[in-house]
Amino acid sequence: MAEMIEIRWHGRGGQGTVTAAKVLADACLSGGRNVQAFPEYGPERAGAPLRAYNRISEKILRMHCPVLNPGVVAVVDATLLDAINVAEGAKDDAVFIINTSRDPKEVREKLKAKPSQKVFTIDATKIAIDTIGRPMPNAPMLGALNKAIAIVGQDVLLADVKGSFGKKFAQKIIDGNLTAVKRGYEEVKQG
Amino acid sequence: MGITTTKTVAVTGNQAVAEALRQLNPDVMPAYPITPSTGIMESFTSFVSNGKVDTEMILVESEHSAMSAGIGAAAAGGRVATATSAQGLALMWEMLHIASGYRLPILMALVNRALSAPLNIHGDHSDGMGMRDCGWIQLFSENAQEAYDNTIMAYRIAEHKDVRLPIAVNMDGFIISHSIESMQFIADADVTKFVGDYIAIDPLLDIDNPKSIGALVLTDYYMEHKRAQHEAMINAKKVIQDVSAEFAKLFGRKYELFESYRLEDAEVVLVALNSAAGTIKDEVDRYREKGVKAGLLKPRVFRPFPYAEVGAALKNAKAVCVMDRADSYGGYGPLFMEIASALAPLKGPVLFNKIYGLGGRDLMPHDVDKVIDETIEVAKTGKVTMLKDYLSVRS
Repeated sequence: MAEMIEIRWHGRGGQGTVTAAKVLADACLSGGRNVQAFPEYGPERAGAPLRAYNRISEKILRMHCPVLNPGVVAVVDATLLDAINVAEGAKDDAVFIINTSRDPKEVREKLKAKPSQKVFTIDATKIAIDTIGRPMPNAPMLGALNKAIAIVGQDVLLADVKGSFGKKFAQKIIDGNLTAVKRGYEEVKQG
Repeated sequence: MGITTTKTVAVTGNQAVAEALRQLNPDVMPAYPITPSTGIMESFTSFVSNGKVDTEMILVESEHSAMSAGIGAAAAGGRVATATSAQGLALMWEMLHIASGYRLPILMALVNRALSAPLNIHGDHSDGMGMRDCGWIQLFSENAQEAYDNTIMAYRIAEHKDVRLPIAVNMDGFIISHSIESMQFIADADVTKFVGDYIAIDPLLDIDNPKSIGALVLTDYYMEHKRAQHEAMINAKKVIQDVSAEFAKLFGRKYELFESYRLEDAEVVLVALNSAAGTIKDEVDRYREKGVKAGLLKPRVFRPFPYAEVGAALKNAKAVCVMDRADSYGGYGPLFMEIASALAPLKGPVLFNKIYGLGGRDLMPHDVDKVIDETIEVAKTGKVTMLKDYLSVRS
């Protein structure tokens, strides 16, 4: 693993993007790593574009500012591709994980991704509807992201999702989310 | 007491401070919610409801009442804590002076937020700086770990017989309060042992020894009271050092009156409080790699301000930029005024002042680089173009 991984999440209010960043941070604590997870706070409205960030590092994290040059960009809502430049500032070897039913090659063109950048797609919303019964794409996005960048053991991630959601939700919802993470991991496509 | 077991967790700054308060288990916590400190109160009220603490939670109708209830409870002999931010603190202002004048060691978690207007919920230090002269000890914290540790140490400092003053522990709103970071909690039993029981001096509930608090004191003795507050504040410095040394011995994390980061041989120095210091440290390292003798001084104790120690630490620098996340309109930034006072008796470095990050505007690494570059130039030429200026602001 690189010394520090910086992730930028793009989502819309109400999709669980901030929760995804938090769960990922918690899961990445394993192995004594240092983590940060923080959203950009603005007027909080369902549907409004939002960003959240992760830093995961072997070294102590001291900086307290948004990520400008992400190594990983996770887009939880594909309609944002038309609204903002999600590739802004992304590193030359950045990895994109996009929630869309479209083909990764098509998305690669849309993003104008460099040949050195990797583009992954996952139909996270469909998986969420199948597994949880709601268009809440954060859990499959977590699975897809972990397949794409292998940042934490999949068993650790699943245990953390279980732990984080276990406090709030019924067993059915927890099971649905666990299946969603697994399917995200299995169904993500690279292009 | 041996070295304790610790637990690494990923929590927000608010969760970290709430956890410290749970471990401290105060007798009374009056509070009124205000962003961004609300999370502390939310967590703490759940601790109360779930029987995790013995605290009597008082849900008051305003911050003025929160501080008033705290004063009553502390005067009665209880250990008291509260949490607030920005306008909430401003509404407490009148009572802040009563708390310190009565010499009540109340603990306040102050999650720093910009004061309105314009309405803004984000982190800056205008609230904390506004309480500068209220007679409260003020500790500042770079991250969730420091906020937690400062909170654990707070009662030991505030309640010390040579001090007996209220204490505020500051951390940056949102940047720290709402960000998840990895940090370590101390085990409950070790916190309990470290903090110890509170033995209130002259509590009102000691009904066998009735006494009066809040008596009228006019020209005859008012000045003596005020000088006594100053002396208690001066005493607090040594107590803070002693408590911090004991904390370091037990728990391994070392805290001084201020943090000196690569300061020993530094020629180009930045001074900043709270979370900005972390970002600055990374940039100081980058400039060191390029051969620039850069350094940082991060005050932890703002009241009592350690003038002599800060002066000694900065006097050999060539140029110092003091970065203020609060302003004094028509004057210099509040931290700048302290640093200038600390250096006034010495033949020290060239000083200048940057106001940054008001209303939570991000301090990015490239902003820090701009300041370091300018400080290098000032060190070379000895000349300052703008003594006070605003960083990354539209003209």
